[in-house]
Amino acid sequence: MANRVMLLVGTKKGAFILRSDEARRDWSIRGPFCETWPINHMVADPRAGTIWAAGGNEWFGPAVWRSEDLGESWTHSSAGLAYEAGATPIKSAWSLALGPGDRLWAGVEPAGLFRSDDRGETWSHVIGLTEHPTRADWQPGGGGLILHGIVTHPADADRVWVAVSTGGVFATEDGGATWAPRNRGTRMDYAPEDQRYPEHGQCVHALAMAPGMPDRLYQQNHCGMYRSDDGGRQWVSIEAGLPSTFGFPAVAHPRDADTLFLLPLNGDQAGRFMPDAAAAVWRTRDAGANWQALRDGLPQQNAYFGVLRRAMAADRLDPAGVYFGTSGGALFASADEGEAWTCIAEHLPTILSVETLVLDA
Amino acid sequence: MPEPVSVLLPDALVRLFPGASRHVEVEAGTVAEAIAALDRLWPGMADRLCDSTPAIRRHLNIFVDGEQARLHSAIPSGGEMLVMTAMSGG
Repeated sequence: MANRVMLLVGTKKGAFILRSDEARRDWSIRGPFCETWPINHMVADPRAGTIWAAGGNEWFGPAVWRSEDLGESWTHSSAGLAYEAGATPIKSAWSLALGPGDRLWAGVEPAGLFRSDDRGETWSHVIGLTEHPTRADWQPGGGGLILHGIVTHPADADRVWVAVSTGGVFATEDGGATWAPRNRGTRMDYAPEDQRYPEHGQCVHALAMAPGMPDRLYQQNHCGMYRSDDGGRQWVSIEAGLPSTFGFPAVAHPRDADTLFLLPLNGDQAGRFMPDAAAAVWRTRDAGANWQALRDGLPQQNAYFGVLRRAMAADRLDPAGVYFGTSGGALFASADEGEAWTCIAEHLPTILSVETLVLDA
Repeated sequence: MPEPVSVLLPDALVRLFPGASRHVEVEAGTVAEAIAALDRLWPGMADRLCDSTPAIRRHLNIFVDGEQARLHSAIPSGGEMLVMTAMSGG
């Protein structure tokens, strides 16, 4: 039975959905959805086909959009998606994750976490994170003070990791009541030399969990690339062999815990585009010991684009498809785990996020 | 008996609420009361007009009988409340 493969693409000017079959060769595109609001992230429930889109509009504020018909129609809600009166209001919904028990999580700007137990109809503030004693030290990065990454444990609904720029990685094991920093071993190059390994404050750019190994996490940081094999309690550098220590996305393989895809940029003070203006996705097959550049089909000249932290994803097919969207609005796809690439869309608005949805036909 | 308030909403807002119309009449004595009445008609609309401060969203302007208003501003009987999107975006 053929699969339907969809790419959920959040852009600066609305959400788009691309659709193909299992071959992932020919793609159709629909959109822009969500009234052209900036959409920072989208996720889907592959069982029900529900799609959510997190965003914020300069006029009308933050909301999480929802479609129950694969994008044909949308509703939105921000019921409960608010800090208490007097606090700086939420500007935008930034990240989503669907965990066990249909628990939906949303990260927002200014950084905080919300939870929905009714599939996005209403939200409740995860106060334990906002009241964490380190909260006053969190500083806005280039994209604002954002909670941009949420990783849920596949079996334990109470275990969640979040990524805050810039506050670092924090984890809860009690459903959000209490949180602990998980940054040991990650570097902060922009601090004095004797203060480069603090407990919190690091600029995490992306978090990914290895399939089948929930205690193995990968992290692309502003300052290096890391792996943890104990749920983030200790990180080790795996940046040797990469063209730079700077990049945004990190994407795990759907089945192989040792395979990871990265898209390093040339450096945080060097323009933040493709190294040597030649595009490559970098892949490890051995948990970060060795890295291979995958360039076939990607532009090798004048590639002055960037790729943002949520703008790369893999599907669950075999071989896995890998996809990334650029700051210039181009979307690249590989149906063979990065060996060969094709540009499947151009001239979209700035791509903020890419996720996949595979449905049995 | 006070006359209802005539409310005119921007198209970009109305598009977010299926079935909503740009022009509506509500019973209200202040801007906050008018927004609460809009939220009863179209649940969620108050969140689009106000933030949690609470205040009218920064990039929206509300005028009562031609004068820029705030949440606590009074609306006279039979008055007009105009909601406009401000210049914003890129």
